[in-house]
Amino acid sequence: MDLLNTALPALAEAAGIIATPSTFLYLCLGVVVGLCVGVLPGLGGIAGLSLVLPFVYGLDTASGLALMIGLVAVIPTSDTFASVLLGIPGSAASQATVLDGFPLSSQGHAARALSAAFMSSLFGGLFGAAVLSVFILVARPLVLSFGVPELLLLTILGFSMVSVLSGRSPLKGLIAVALGMIVASIGEAPAEGSQRMTFGNWYLQDGLTLVIVGLGIFAIPEILGLLREDKPISKSGGLGSGWFEGIRDWWQNKWLSIRCATIGVIVGVIPGLGGAVVDWIAYGHTVQTTKDRSRFGKGEIRGVIGPESANNAKEGGGLVPTLLFGVPGSGAMAVFLAGMVLLGIEAGPAMMRQELPLTYSIVWSLALANVVGAGLAIALSGGIARLTTIPFPLFAPFLLIVISFTAFQSGRTMWDLVALVCVGILGIMLKRFDWPRPAFLIGFVLASQAEVYTYQATQIATVRHTIGGWSSALAYLLSPVGICILIVIAGSLWLAMRNKPQGEDHTPPFGSRTAPLIFAVFVAAVLAFAMIDSMGLSSFIDQIFPISVSALGLLAAFVLIWQVWRNAESPSLHYDAEAAETLPPRSIWQGLFWIVGLVGMIASFGFAIGATLFVSLFLIFRANVLWYKAVSGGLIGAGLVVGLSELLGRDLPQSVIPMFQIGF
Amino acid sequence: MKELFSNTRHAAFGLALGAMSFAVSGAQADVSFEGETVEWIIPFNEGGGSDRWARFYAPFLSEALPGKPTVAVINMPGAGSTRGANHFAQRVDPDGLTIFGSGGSTQLPYLLGDPRVEYEYSDWSVVLVSSTGGIVYSTPEISEAFAADPVATMAENIFLLGSQGATRLDLVPLLGFEMLGLDARPVFGISGRGEGRLMFERGEANIDWQTSSGYLSRVVPLVEQGLAAPLFSFGAVDADGDIVRDPTFPDIPTFVEILEKVTGEAPAGPEWEAWKAFFVAGFSAQKMVFLPDGTSDEIVAAYEAAFEEVVANADFIASSGKELGVYPQGTGETAEIQLKLGTTISEDTRGWVVNWLREKFNVDL
Repeated sequence: MDLLNTALPALAEAAGIIATPSTFLYLCLGVVVGLCVGVLPGLGGIAGLSLVLPFVYGLDTASGLALMIGLVAVIPTSDTFASVLLGIPGSAASQATVLDGFPLSSQGHAARALSAAFMSSLFGGLFGAAVLSVFILVARPLVLSFGVPELLLLTILGFSMVSVLSGRSPLKGLIAVALGMIVASIGEAPAEGSQRMTFGNWYLQDGLTLVIVGLGIFAIPEILGLLREDKPISKSGGLGSGWFEGIRDWWQNKWLSIRCATIGVIVGVIPGLGGAVVDWIAYGHTVQTTKDRSRFGKGEIRGVIGPESANNAKEGGGLVPTLLFGVPGSGAMAVFLAGMVLLGIEAGPAMMRQELPLTYSIVWSLALANVVGAGLAIALSGGIARLTTIPFPLFAPFLLIVISFTAFQSGRTMWDLVALVCVGILGIMLKRFDWPRPAFLIGFVLASQAEVYTYQATQIATVRHTIGGWSSALAYLLSPVGICILIVIAGSLWLAMRNKPQGEDHTPPFGSRTAPLIFAVFVAAVLAFAMIDSMGLSSFIDQIFPISVSALGLLAAFVLIWQVWRNAESPSLHYDAEAAETLPPRSIWQGLFWIVGLVGMIASFGFAIGATLFVSLFLIFRANVLWYKAVSGGLIGAGLVVGLSELLGRDLPQSVIPMFQIGF
Repeated sequence: MKELFSNTRHAAFGLALGAMSFAVSGAQADVSFEGETVEWIIPFNEGGGSDRWARFYAPFLSEALPGKPTVAVINMPGAGSTRGANHFAQRVDPDGLTIFGSGGSTQLPYLLGDPRVEYEYSDWSVVLVSSTGGIVYSTPEISEAFAADPVATMAENIFLLGSQGATRLDLVPLLGFEMLGLDARPVFGISGRGEGRLMFERGEANIDWQTSSGYLSRVVPLVEQGLAAPLFSFGAVDADGDIVRDPTFPDIPTFVEILEKVTGEAPAGPEWEAWKAFFVAGFSAQKMVFLPDGTSDEIVAAYEAAFEEVVANADFIASSGKELGVYPQGTGETAEIQLKLGTTISEDTRGWVVNWLREKFNVDL
């Protein structure tokens, strides 16, 4: 009752703040900017907030907050466009959306998938805001009950999702997770700072970013796959179903949406878990709770609804630790906190006590922004979905220059593009031999958390043991909250095991054992190399994680290699997309050649000239466009990206040759 | 620090102003950045302390520079901030259109002789130095006992704290703990001071430290609720290079006071030299603005005048307290003194620290 007495008047007062026309206008401005920035894959809250930050200073508090919240709130809505239409993860939080959203697009259901996604986003966002309004008053003890061991257990829960995302071969899933973790371990070790597999290169010291890995593992193989076919993304060339159908889909799956939104809020509320896992946990949950699992990965609408409900709800949840403790849950939240300082407010417990109406104006902004953002996005979805009906070769060069721009933003160096190509080749191979790419990505995303939390929990437990003996250490490691999470993990694994994968509708392509064998040996060699490299480190603490992971992965890899060698023909072991009876007309290497060419042109002439050249040449030689049309296409395409990056204050790749280094 | 500084500063100011009024008026006639964009390179990510600091300054600087250029903050993170610094040292034209914001994490590798460092502070012209302080705090029970009898309290307890790494700013408190004889067990792998505080709030750690702004905004509420209490501050450096009480926290004893109480003598020796050098680099001269090697005196003078104007701006003063704390924002001569203190270290001291890091934390530099 006391809670309501505090909350209700403050909520009403906050509604008054937001209802003023100027504040509402700033909110809408934020939403529009957020939609525009979010549509570009890889650019999200950080880029958008950095863009408006100079203008925030000098605004009144409520308007400034409305502008920033409007922007942040719609990022997980707008990034869905790239995930569903292009197969490019729009941001870390919508990687899982690609798995089923993109197949839906290629079946001509882009508008349906988009509107279902936006409905889910809208619901998730409102759910998150509602939870935030109540939760922020009582969340402190709950948030504080998640210590390092609990965070570690939640990380393990994330790993348990691999069990349902491994597809035909659990063994390949296990090795893919290990490989993802090993790739994530490149760079400075978190505990004692040893250099792992950096080869003395400063770029590798910072490790690979999720943007690069997400693009390389998902976007590059998909784009190259499409490029072989010379068809539009939508195989039928049309839009089979409309946006209304998507809304009906959401309504039929509203309970799933509620459950996933709850998952999103919980993951958001707990600082230290990171937004990149939320969509995978939600996706895993969706698969676990669906009776017929055979359609996942091939265009199951539930696979879109689950993650999209979760990733918007996460923003509401994520504001809890940000506002309550001043601990940013993501890079975007860190910039948001900086913006709050510019407005003269310091997030923290004091804000909650003294400025509750202001805090609640954030809640209202969040809810309103979701309504406005999802409304706009649904209205646009029918039109934008037409992109999937354009013949792909006409569309691909523009997509590729956007991707190279995006990849470059992660470290702002030419190495980003080199890394993109390398990871892209790995992605192509994983796809070709049917190694579960989600498992690889989960390994990559969770590796550093798994390592850091294991290390920290061990350290703290050791000190507890020194002070209070075994009972003290055990009580620390296995708290009631921790036991609850363990039960959830057990339940999740049980759900995964209960439904055996169902029979295939057709036999997957598989052929001779040579090619799958070579790739499996290559993966084993990478793992072995990681192991040897780690053994050479001087710090034991920094060795133990990569050594254990690569040892486990190697063990599984040996079993796999043995099986591939011994068995003659097996769809799960000898899967090889290149062994299919009807292959697309072109080779996958041709597409890769174009990508390498793009990187080469950008490196030689800088982005502006390199991208223009690439688009023109691609259109002339690959899409058979008349040369003057192709050149204008190149100028317009590159010009748009250059103009946009100027507008957003982003850098573009410079030529490595000094004489070509011009103003861009 | 503020009080101690003000006299010398004002005197220097007066002289400088007198001497410079001529030069400045001349310079402003020549130098104009009208219609240009000044790029302010920050070698850290968006949202970090240095980024916030630069973005806070940027609009004021834009107003104060001749010709009112746009000031754009460019984030160039990588290789522990050495990448942005190396880029600035090697690739930038000295035309006043690119400036560099150095942070504590850029200075520490320089002092430690990190092989990635390819920049030399003395090549650059410093035009602004921002200071901060730091506070070590613990639970109210431990703090109370510590104030009464630090030696006994340290003997009875093991101290656990979250740490970003021994070669980061944490070097200052960790070395300080060692000198006091405090048994500190750093738990590495956190990615920001906020996480360290959260670890303390969760009861996993029983000691923590924060820079002044972090302490003011997020630990003081805990102190008011009886959940935390300060042990000591790192202090502040006065005009003579001595360490005195932090002007933001005049009631909290400094590390030096506690050290003298515990050891019974004035601090001396290599570990003291090392502590002091790294304290100045990490706190007192924590954030600096530089112009590249070869910049003309006119441009340097224009920037010096601009920053003088910014720190005297009433709007700036009114809003800076929250973001930057009540520390002097050193310009002109003060900036040069601070730069020298924060970037010079003797070979012996460096060797001592490198050795200490290796033996204590297994860090190979």
